[in-house]
Amino acid sequence: MPAPVIAATDLRVRFGEREILHGLTFEVLQKETLVVLGGSGSGKSTLLRTLVGLERPSSGQVHIKGTDITTASTRAMDDIRKKIGLAFQGGALIGSLTVGENIALPLLEHTTLAPSTIEVMVRIKLEQVGLSGFEHYSPSQLSGGMKKRAAFARAMALDPDILFFDEPSAGLDPITAAGIDDLILSLKKAYSLSMVVVTHELASAYLIADRMILIDRGNIAAMGPVEEVKNSQHPRVRQFLDRIADTTQDDDVDHLRMFTEGIR
Amino acid sequence: MWVAAIGEAAERQVDYLGGVALLLGRSARAMVLSPLKRGRMFDRAVHQAMAVGVGAIPIISLITFFVGVIIALQGAYELQRLGAMQLMASVVAISITRELGPLIAAIVVIGRSGSAFAAEIGTMRVTEELDALKTMALDPVAFLVAPKFLAMAVMMPCLAIWADLMGILGGSLFGVIGGGFTFGSYMIATSEALLFRDLTSGCIKSVVFGIVITAVGCYEGFSTGAGAEEVGRSTTRAVVISLLMLVLIDLLFTILFYVARGVR
Repeated sequence: MPAPVIAATDLRVRFGEREILHGLTFEVLQKETLVVLGGSGSGKSTLLRTLVGLERPSSGQVHIKGTDITTASTRAMDDIRKKIGLAFQGGALIGSLTVGENIALPLLEHTTLAPSTIEVMVRIKLEQVGLSGFEHYSPSQLSGGMKKRAAFARAMALDPDILFFDEPSAGLDPITAAGIDDLILSLKKAYSLSMVVVTHELASAYLIADRMILIDRGNIAAMGPVEEVKNSQHPRVRQFLDRIADTTQDDDVDHLRMFTEGIR
Repeated sequence: MWVAAIGEAAERQVDYLGGVALLLGRSARAMVLSPLKRGRMFDRAVHQAMAVGVGAIPIISLITFFVGVIIALQGAYELQRLGAMQLMASVVAISITRELGPLIAAIVVIGRSGSAFAAEIGTMRVTEELDALKTMALDPVAFLVAPKFLAMAVMMPCLAIWADLMGILGGSLFGVIGGGFTFGSYMIATSEALLFRDLTSGCIKSVVFGIVITAVGCYEGFSTGAGAEEVGRSTTRAVVISLLMLVLIDLLFTILFYVARGVR
């Protein structure tokens, strides 16, 4: 069994009084694509941000390639970040730089490569995501799907070992979304990377996942290979996979707290 | 009840000043210890210097030139009654170099650059660009803020000296037309009225103005909440708080110089 590249143990994240993630334990194996599914507000984006060190967990551990990022120094965290890439939902391309400069940025700051070599690498990365010739465009001139592709190219700039995707096909038309799925599959095939993809798009998840985790209200409701999760009989998993609207009221105490929270 | 409200307000102000000071400290540390490449940090500082400094020259020139004319006119009104028109050049030179030149330059820079810093960083926060920088192992303070501090600390005194020069030129316009001076005699009268310390005190103040404008603008940017409306709010706060701090610092410096030198 290959060694895990990411290992989360009893991971809890709290914002003020509210706990968002309630002790999650899971692993991401080498060369594996793990899809994190979950509805809006389930905590899947918080999980992603915690895995890349953008949020600090209130307790628990996250080991990335053997280093516990919850206790790592800034310098050690930077070293880990050079080995991971994150493609944000909206692209998060630096607006004051061109597409090419965005992709060149980590290479210019973290490598000693000659500018001409970096220029060639930028063109290669853009070609891989189907954006050849767009290096001089400003991010604001790109469509939603193109921004996501450019974000993929930037995430891959330093040839990372782990790629994270936040809602890669959210907000895209079906054809563009299918193109993004194909791109993720081609990257997976070409680079044998470990990938963590956060999404709520079932069709996309079934296509790209090796394993899936379904997060429900900050807990793991199901975890395993695609078929296993698909066949899960957990009521919340069935509700999510079968697209059944939420009609039941939350826990009574939680419901009352919603009206009284913060009032003294 | 009102004691508690005053206490809370005071605590907020102390928190705010602490946050601004912390940002300043982190930037100073980043200038020395950041693993980012020094050459590229310097390039970004030069780019900022062009935007905040060179870009502000036309509007500062125009405003201080007219302010110079206004002071000469206002001064002439009183000096004529006292039969002391020969002091007009001194009135303009002293009021411009000691006070108005650095102050007007700083006010223009707050309007152009302090607000722009808050809007730029605030927008980057809303669009996750700051998070993107962090995931690329690029510290946003070292990447964005440190070059701004460098640029402002260098450009503000330059702009203050330029503002002094334009104000004196403005004063000379009325001096020549309505004050009975020739351009040469006006400049000789100006140079006789000025002491070197008048210029240096303005320059010292300007460096501090530049640092405070940058710190407040960037701090407001980093404190931006979610949404475009919050960016607008941060920008407004950056301008208002910078103006308030500008006047308070000016008052402090004036008291310090007064105590240090005695009345001339």
